[in-house]
Amino acid sequence: MKTVFTKFAVRISAVLVASSLAVAGSTLSLSAADEEGGTVHYPLQKPMEQSWSFSGPFGHYDKAQLQRGLKVYTEVCAACHSMRLLSYRNLGDLGYSEQQIKNYAAEYDVIDGPNDDGEMFERPAKPNDRFKGPYANDKEAISANNGALPPDMSLLAKARAPERGFPTFIFDIFTMYAENGSDYIYSLLVGYPEEAPDGVEVQDGLHYNPYFVSGSALAMAPPLSDELVEYDDGTKATMEQQAKDVTAFLAWAADPNLNDRKQRGFIVILFLLIFAGLLYFTKKKVWSDVAH
Amino acid sequence: MSGHSTYNPTTGFGKFMDSRLPIARLIHDSFVSFPVPRNLNNFYTFGGILMVMLVSQIVTGIVIAMHFTPESTMAFDSVHLLRRDVSYGNTLQSWHAVGASMFFVAVYIHIFRGLYYGSYKAPREVLWILGVVIYLLMMATAFMGYVLPWGQMSYWGAQVITNFFSAIPLVGDTVREYLLGGYAVGNATLNRFFSLHYLLPFMIAGIVILHVWTLHVTGQTNPTGVEVKSKQDVIPFTPYATVKDAFAMVVFMIVMCYFVFFMPDYLGHADNYIMANPLKTPAHIVPEWYFLPFYAVLRAVDFNIGIPFTEIVLIDSKLGGVLAMFGAIAVLFFVPWLDTSDVRSANYRPMYKIFFWLFVANAVFLGYLGSRPAEGIWIPLMKASTFAYFFHFLVIMPLLGWFEKPLPRPASITDAVLAKAGNGGSSHIEGATAEPQSKG
Repeated sequence: MKTVFTKFAVRISAVLVASSLAVAGSTLSLSAADEEGGTVHYPLQKPMEQSWSFSGPFGHYDKAQLQRGLKVYTEVCAACHSMRLLSYRNLGDLGYSEQQIKNYAAEYDVIDGPNDDGEMFERPAKPNDRFKGPYANDKEAISANNGALPPDMSLLAKARAPERGFPTFIFDIFTMYAENGSDYIYSLLVGYPEEAPDGVEVQDGLHYNPYFVSGSALAMAPPLSDELVEYDDGTKATMEQQAKDVTAFLAWAADPNLNDRKQRGFIVILFLLIFAGLLYFTKKKVWSDVAH
Repeated sequence: MSGHSTYNPTTGFGKFMDSRLPIARLIHDSFVSFPVPRNLNNFYTFGGILMVMLVSQIVTGIVIAMHFTPESTMAFDSVHLLRRDVSYGNTLQSWHAVGASMFFVAVYIHIFRGLYYGSYKAPREVLWILGVVIYLLMMATAFMGYVLPWGQMSYWGAQVITNFFSAIPLVGDTVREYLLGGYAVGNATLNRFFSLHYLLPFMIAGIVILHVWTLHVTGQTNPTGVEVKSKQDVIPFTPYATVKDAFAMVVFMIVMCYFVFFMPDYLGHADNYIMANPLKTPAHIVPEWYFLPFYAVLRAVDFNIGIPFTEIVLIDSKLGGVLAMFGAIAVLFFVPWLDTSDVRSANYRPMYKIFFWLFVANAVFLGYLGSRPAEGIWIPLMKASTFAYFFHFLVIMPLLGWFEKPLPRPASITDAVLAKAGNGGSSHIEGATAEPQSKG
């Protein structure tokens, strides 16, 4: 039985190698076709891969980084981008106390009601309110931003994933690469060149960025610059630092359970490995009296 | 079920029930004393794995349905609130979504195993056909389930797939409207897809019972393809197959948990984390990976079929593509009759064995093509690969029966096992054919 399995494995790998060669060959001819004026695929440049505290099997968020990221979000991004799936209470994950969260929430006014007189009224937000967005609705957001809608940021780090391409997408399984969205956001934030390269026409009101996922330019102007925010923990606020911190914050916002998930996964897989080991020896014992 | 029942109730309650509702006897005969060939390899464990996957999908699905809101403005948020705010909701939702993919991983291995060992040949044609029906129902269920989270890919996937039905001549548009509950994908579509997504798994479960029933009437095949001939050839299901299936299942679970806990988004699309927007079409609308080969077949037909030298179009490219796509699945129903060889297992079919692996490679490649945009070099490759897919079933399978020279087969399962174990068992070989089979 074992030999049958090995034989199969060898054959499968032979087949995979053969098909990958075929694919590699055709990919080459495709890029040739592109040069002859085929369709252009975005993004023009693949995201720059960064090292993140939350990558890998034991990855987890760095609370200090998330707090810095929140500051960038609050002072820069939140001017245009909403975060509608998050509640202020979620900020507890970042290591803030209940009082700190109450204070943070109270900076925003939300509409509540109707009260006993049947009227809607404004009140300071409470920890269990959702993050208040900068605009009343999408139409207002579009009209305030030259016809472009700033996307909601609560799932942004999961909602952007430029194609990895063959054969990288296969290696990704084994390297546990799941930070495509974070790499993308970081690259986009720091990837605005001083000027668009020669020969590239950029529409009025758009800004050239080779990392943008659905075109060569986007409506958002370069949002970050050195020393744009002042960090409370004394970290030097370079543009790269801010980009990295706010990206980590967005990764947390999109996947707040990552720490628990990876920890749980480690225990589950450890349990299954031990269980599989026990079953393997049980099976060996049970089958020892039967040639098969 | 095959053979005499060996169930022997010992307790008073057991005897009472056995003469009224012998359910314990049924279970004993099906999963304890049921005889299985002694030489099954690990590829035969996927039937059991699939059954566990079905139960796992139903159980997680029922719990998710408790938190899901099938309404077009609330569905997306309800899924994400489940992931964020419900205890273990994150794991639950990933388990169900990754589970769908792993269900298809298992079913593809199961189908390829059947094709390799000729498991569809007489007397197991009905067993095979029921399997194809289950596969079809799985596809429908998975597609509708993917629509429910109401992301961009859900919405536009539904738009593309329901559009297939409008290709049907005369009644197409009406059928599509009934399917959608309106003129476009909307709240009514979401509601009926939710209802059907809840219904279909139970229909699958019903057909699985028939599938297992037919299996227990005909008995299992085995890697030699030689039918069970004596008591020596078989062993009781419990403990032998039970422990073997359990081990394989746990190994399969390890792979699944790797994805659930460490790469939950790897098998999905980033675009589905954007709420459905009828006004904004994604750059590339791509189905889930398990539909990709069929998506490539669909797009391979980009030409009208008509009467040559006239303007008359009999089948336009849209209908042609849809027919080819459904044909790619429908052809599976006829495999028991398309394969004309009397030899079951590919182990004894030197030519079929090569064509089988070419077919597997082509199917994988077809899947890759399905993920590519329909432009440039990809279109001719899609056509070639689609042609190879149908050529395998419609030409190679029927012809091999005539031209192939099968290898000598062992006289019995026991013979094969003993010969391999080198125990000096009988090396007598029966039915060794030195010439091609003569047909007609």
